[in-house]
Amino acid sequence: HLATSLPLPSERDHLRPRIDLIAFMIDIKSKYSLKNVEASLAHVDASFFLGKVCFLVTGVGRVNYCSVEMNAIWKLGEVYCSPVLFCELELEGIRVATAQRLLRMLQICAGHVPGVSALSFGSLMRSSADD
Amino acid sequence: MDETVAEYIRRTVLKIPRDEIKTMLQKWGFLSETQLQTINFHQIKENISQDVVQLCEENSADIKQAAVLDIIYNHIYPNKRVWSVYQMNKTGEETEFFDLTDFKKKFKRRLRSALKNVTINFREYEDNAVWIRIAWGTPYTKPNQYKTSYVVYHSQTPYVFISASVLKSNLPLLCQALVVASSYHDIREMELRSHSLNSLKDIVFKRYSQNFQTYYPRPLQERNVAPENADLRIIQENRSEKERIQRVNREVFGDGPQPKLEFAQYKLETMFKSDPKMDVLDKKEPFRCLVKFSSPHLLESLKSLAPAGMADAPLSPLLTCIPQKARNYFKIREKKGFFSGSFVSP
Repeated sequence: HLATSLPLPSERDHLRPRIDLIAFMIDIKSKYSLKNVEASLAHVDASFFLGKVCFLVTGVGRVNYCSVEMNAIWKLGEVYCSPVLFCELELEGIRVATAQRLLRMLQICAGHVPGVSALSFGSLMRSSADD
Repeated sequence: MDETVAEYIRRTVLKIPRDEIKTMLQKWGFLSETQLQTINFHQIKENISQDVVQLCEENSADIKQAAVLDIIYNHIYPNKRVWSVYQMNKTGEETEFFDLTDFKKKFKRRLRSALKNVTINFREYEDNAVWIRIAWGTPYTKPNQYKTSYVVYHSQTPYVFISASVLKSNLPLLCQALVVASSYHDIREMELRSHSLNSLKDIVFKRYSQNFQTYYPRPLQERNVAPENADLRIIQENRSEKERIQRVNREVFGDGPQPKLEFAQYKLETMFKSDPKMDVLDKKEPFRCLVKFSSPHLLESLKSLAPAGMADAPLSPLLTCIPQKARNYFKIREKKGFFSGSFVSP
């Protein structure tokens, strides 16, 4: 499901399946994008932050057009205990690889990978990022 | 043939893209078809231009003919220049019959009476368009063929498109000559400028697709983003909002292509409004500020802002009023009244 912001429109509540993973996309070229994500985070139930939320930062290929501070993004990941992924949507290879990563995460969050829970995977990703 | 004329023709030919040279020379009609056959148009432009000059030498070209070639070039490639739009006003209501010969005579006479050293050429095109090329000199020097102004006047309208080029000091004189020759009363500059002459014409002649107020409700099932939603597994949560944005956008911008402008400039002479605690400006004076928007195609980019999620729909009327108001340079002053706001000066 694609949405421009949270909360989701209530008229579609009955049509929505269970949500296993929320990926917040931040366009590094747009401060508005970061503000929008920060505002939307307030509408997420706390239980999601146990491994079912991730931040996807796009547009990282164009260094000249960065509007968002990297510190702000790291801080966001820290505060909400969620992993931060980076990608460049304009390059097909990276796009496909990122999609595969997200899909893998989704499988774990939905409980389809035996022995690995969303929480354990989330903490695994965080500890490797801290290195 | 004069050396300066030869050099001028050579440089004009060099400006033309190689594949277009033959067609343009044929349009010019100064060299005969047999003469054109003798030129190899596949060699490098440097050599083509030399051949052309050679043939012009044989035909004894003078500056008048060379100027015609320049007009033809600028008519086909008007976007290399920046054009400003002017509007003339008449006091009386009567529409006089436009006499081209009379216009040309009066124009030349008025201009020459003030400045003897000018080269003036006319060429008529479809749509009642008269193209005027003026090369400016000074009271003491011959006209500089490289310092030219162009005027496009549509005789059935009060609009004149001027590309003044370098010498802006001659602009008042040029305007005067136009007013006298066309039997109007005065002329004013509309704050509208662009590289695209056709787009300027579209705006003032209202030839672009405008937003018409329709009073029947549009069906909510309208879908015009079919290619994007080809995969049915992707569900757009905010579909109704997206559709609202498309609808509002369409109402504001219309369906067709937008006229091509490169800039919009807003000169602000408004009071700086800040948190009283910040106390940034002690004096209550207007905060002078210039906001300039630039784009290869400004109106199309404004049209795509809301659908791309970069701005809220509807956009500020200061941006969307550009084609209707036929201007892209604005002065915004403080509204004098009980409530603060701002209005666009006429």
